[in-house]
Amino acid sequence: MADLSQTSAPIYEALRRFRRMRVVPFDVPGHKRGRGNMELTEFLGEDCMNVDVNSMKPLDNLCHPVSVIKDAEELAAEAFGAANAFFMVGGTTSAVQSMIMYACKEGDKIIMPRNVHRSAINALIITGAVPVYVNPDVNRKLGIALGMSVAQVEQAILDNPDAKAIMVNNPTYYGICSDLKRITELAHAHGMLVLVDEAHGTHFYFGDNFPVTAMAAGADCASVSMHKSGGSLTQSSFLLLGKAINADYMRQVINLTQTTSASYLLLSSLDISRKRLALGGREIFAQTVEMAEYARSEINEIGGYYAYSKELVNGDSIYDFDVSKLSIYTLPIGLAGIEVYDLLRDEYDIQIEFGDIGNVLAYISVGDRKRDIERLISALAEIKRRFGKSGADMLTQEYISPVIAETPRKAFYAEKRSLPLDEAAGEVCSEFVMCYPPGIPILAPGELITAEIIEYIKYAKEKGCQMTGTEDINIERLNVLDF
Amino acid sequence: MELWFTERHTPNVKFSIKVDHQLYSGNSEFQRIDVFDSKEFGRFLTLDGYMMLTEKDEFIYHEMITHVPMAVHPNPKNILVIGAGDGGVVRELTRYPSVESIDLVEIDELVVEVCRKFLPTTACRFDDPRVHVYYEDGVKFIRRCEDQYDVIIVDSTDPFGPGEGLFTKEFYGSCFKALRDDGIMVNQHESPFYDEDAAAMQRSHKRIVESFPISKVYQAHIPTYPSGHWLFGFASKKYHPTNDYNGTKWSMLGIKTRYYNPRLHTGAFALPCYVEELLRDVE
Repeated sequence: MADLSQTSAPIYEALRRFRRMRVVPFDVPGHKRGRGNMELTEFLGEDCMNVDVNSMKPLDNLCHPVSVIKDAEELAAEAFGAANAFFMVGGTTSAVQSMIMYACKEGDKIIMPRNVHRSAINALIITGAVPVYVNPDVNRKLGIALGMSVAQVEQAILDNPDAKAIMVNNPTYYGICSDLKRITELAHAHGMLVLVDEAHGTHFYFGDNFPVTAMAAGADCASVSMHKSGGSLTQSSFLLLGKAINADYMRQVINLTQTTSASYLLLSSLDISRKRLALGGREIFAQTVEMAEYARSEINEIGGYYAYSKELVNGDSIYDFDVSKLSIYTLPIGLAGIEVYDLLRDEYDIQIEFGDIGNVLAYISVGDRKRDIERLISALAEIKRRFGKSGADMLTQEYISPVIAETPRKAFYAEKRSLPLDEAAGEVCSEFVMCYPPGIPILAPGELITAEIIEYIKYAKEKGCQMTGTEDINIERLNVLDF
Repeated sequence: MELWFTERHTPNVKFSIKVDHQLYSGNSEFQRIDVFDSKEFGRFLTLDGYMMLTEKDEFIYHEMITHVPMAVHPNPKNILVIGAGDGGVVRELTRYPSVESIDLVEIDELVVEVCRKFLPTTACRFDDPRVHVYYEDGVKFIRRCEDQYDVIIVDSTDPFGPGEGLFTKEFYGSCFKALRDDGIMVNQHESPFYDEDAAAMQRSHKRIVESFPISKVYQAHIPTYPSGHWLFGFASKKYHPTNDYNGTKWSMLGIKTRYYNPRLHTGAFALPCYVEELLRDVE
């Protein structure tokens, strides 16, 4: 480690050395540097196929790193200000699941906001941990769930002193941050671990004037989607650990579900991206923020749309706001967010991150060009001119507090029967229902199905949300518990 | 010594001009700009290695993109030109005494600067008091315009690079909004000949058809552009390009041209069968 610095990228360098060795492959993968699958090689490129190789001595092994992957993980830990860092190749989903599986065994309680990503609830099904939901505060106008209020977290802690951990979503998809520092202090004072789903906050670690990072706030674990704002390949991610976490045990937990054939494309992309952010992150994210701020002011000038920012900050459930996010409230032009999302793609060939009932989110990054931002703004102006109507009759309610009847695990594995959506009110759901993205469940296994939720599902379907999670692909029937 | 400028028209076709000497080379924030001198075509301007204009054949392009809409509109007063930093369109427009103002929006200030210095054939009327130059992204400029222009001329580069936004539906929609009720938009419409150009041409035609009630296409022969067969789009809220055209009235203006004339105006809208078919496919 002595001669390593943030200018190195050990996995990337090892792959380059390995390529020059021209080793004859009598191991997997069977495409043998692409020669065995020319159509794929032509599509992805020879350079790419050449480094799609198996673990071996010169390239280390993700399951048990002792050389270049170990070095790369140490560099990543240093760059993020963490005690340890793990390269993850199963997405941030696997990072979130690993930190929950580390903290909780069957029957252990974990305090979390209900608007978590499905990966967290999946982890509850796997571990059998019991969720104690803190209902997030809701902004009624925008219809979005906010962060966790400190008072509610404190209440949940006092009511459940035996809980093992608190999970925090920071920032949310929309860019909203909780008072992470205060929540961490509270949790630690009661002997609970703090796990942070920081999927949308990679850039906090490298830019100026961003909300506090999980590691800086003293949290114990953080799942960081390097592939979102960090620039690495889809599915690659980091799991960061604080000092109190036993890294060797965490590795065993990760290895319970992680592949033994980790892709070197993903690993090298993490390595190179970490180097890039460590060396140039400040500048990169300053540009990103500048573009987002510009887009926000232009969009607000169009009228009707509301591209929100730090003015929402309320000192508690919106403790801070991530200004690199371009979240836009669309209801005043008479269109649901999902409708604007579809129009942007179908009419203007612009794909944005997601649209929900009242909002759209455009993901801004250093890969964006000023002229593309201009297109996005003009397309929004045109959508208002061509399709805008009065904003009446728009459903605004977005977050519905769930009623928990069973633990996710019991509900998922229980005997169940299938009912038409309209007849499901009053039953306990055994599966997920969610719009994807953002992938935050409307219903999770073990929750009571209410008339209000059914109405919401129907409305979201009618507006064109991409609904997922149910066994019935058309979401006309729901699986419910068969008592 | 032989020095040649070569542009790839397709991966399998090249077009070359023997260069006498290079007059300028520089990079702006947006693109690489070069000016060469040649025996056959005189001076010529390239952006990112793509031919923009030569002194020998620029008159064809500039006359056809300007006089067609100006002759159809009965009383064009306020004109917007997007792109066109070489000044060729402005040169043609300033020949109309009825024109009151010409707003020119060019994204790249350096293009205008270089053209003023090295291409006086086209960049010769920037000082006309009716001309106002804005250095801004055209997509952004037009977003704020409403009901204020009689004619919009979109003299874009290709549908990739800095000019990309000028081939989008949001841009054409903004043009519609920026035009008065009887306004006309004319645009550089790519070529129907090589596959990739034809696909771009169809994409842009489709978007214009969806944005304007009248959308026609006309052609010209431009020797230094890929295949030499070039198209222009004529999009209009009210006037039909040939039915509402009064050639005699235009002739009375006494504007001397080398390519455009009233007979050619009508003829330019008569397209080859394969081009008609390409257009029909997306209408």
